[in-house]
Amino acid sequence: MHLSALIIFLIFGGAILAGVLGSLVGLGGGVLIVPMLTLAFGLPIQYAIGASIIAVIATSSGAAAAYVRDHLTNMRAGMFLEIATTTGAISGAFLAGLLAPAILFVIFGIILLISVAPLIFKLGEELPVGVQNDTLASKLKLASTYPDQRLERVVSYQVTRTPLGFGMMYVAGLISGLLGIGSGTFKVLAMDTIMRLPMKVSTTTSNFMIGVTAAASAGIYFARGDVPPLVAAPVALGVLGGAIIGARLLPHLSNRTLRLIFIPILAAIAIEMVLRGLGPGAF
Amino acid sequence: MTLERKHFSSTVVQEGTVQLPAPELVEEEKRIATPQQDMMAAIIGWILQGGVLASAAVILFGILLLPFRPGGLTLQRLQTFPHSPGAVWAGLIGLHPQAFITLGLLLLIATPVLRVAVSVVAFAIERDRLYVVITLLVLAILIASFILGKGGA
Repeated sequence: MHLSALIIFLIFGGAILAGVLGSLVGLGGGVLIVPMLTLAFGLPIQYAIGASIIAVIATSSGAAAAYVRDHLTNMRAGMFLEIATTTGAISGAFLAGLLAPAILFVIFGIILLISVAPLIFKLGEELPVGVQNDTLASKLKLASTYPDQRLERVVSYQVTRTPLGFGMMYVAGLISGLLGIGSGTFKVLAMDTIMRLPMKVSTTTSNFMIGVTAAASAGIYFARGDVPPLVAAPVALGVLGGAIIGARLLPHLSNRTLRLIFIPILAAIAIEMVLRGLGPGAF
Repeated sequence: MTLERKHFSSTVVQEGTVQLPAPELVEEEKRIATPQQDMMAAIIGWILQGGVLASAAVILFGILLLPFRPGGLTLQRLQTFPHSPGAVWAGLIGLHPQAFITLGLLLLIATPVLRVAVSVVAFAIERDRLYVVITLLVLAILIASFILGKGGA
């Protein structure tokens, strides 16, 4: 393959598209970057994962800045749970180096399918009720408040099943490090469904944690030589630009229409990844 | 509704009806963060945003240098790039585009790490020993990941 200036330009364009789509459906760009680089551009999957994990840091950090200022993020819960996600990310990055590329394709496809599921069945109620701090949550002072703009008041909340949530966060970190994605779906699952934090706190705290989690595995991918700069640079800049465009577009588009359009596309990409892993054309 | 809640008498609207304020608004404070926490949030927000902007600028500079290097963009060039600090530094001095792009990518990786390091200080100012320890642990894991990565395949 001859990596021409044109291909770099096309990767940049594709990354913008991935950033726009990712931010519109709330999945982040990572889950679209790896299929794009492997299926459309024919890059080896470990390079695709290395480039993607860098882009994940860019979009997470950019968005987290605003949420932190608005006090939506639970920084204590984020810091504590990052112990689990960073450890998981290191395990994932090492595991990725041991697994055959074909297996990575299959795992990626399956994880993408799982990530699409919450888009169909919307998870979590607006505000959890009757949640009581567990022992660890009290010890760690995880209960907090956040200003809810729609409800026009400050909401107090408590946190439960902290040890189970911590364990789930290790899994989320492992998936992130293994596949080069933010794995926000799994982080939100841990906080919203297991620890019963309010949805807005779960999603913004997840975003806050994604950057640190990705940094833990990015260091390993980088040192291993799996982050080709000429691929990672257009991907990072493109996804970042795309996410900014997506955030501007979002208020003007109907959420339902977006889901109806993109869910089949995401499902098709997921199946294509699995087939690539299983097929005779596999590496 | 009985009129026994005399302390709310100032909010009587109609004859005999008492307007009770929403309990949540009474119980909870309007202000959710101390000025100290506001400042920390601002600093952390600034680090995250500044780090992304700085790295994007350095990456862009590296990309703009590319056309000025002879040899074009080949697979050979895709696969040979610096991935140790020494090699990046040597490349920067020689104005190699790949070295600047790599520096930008390293700045991006360093951004969340810096956020964690600053959080250690933030929790220390709040005199929250438990969270100083937790945050230091995360920082140690991140540093270990870079050392481990170097040793690994």
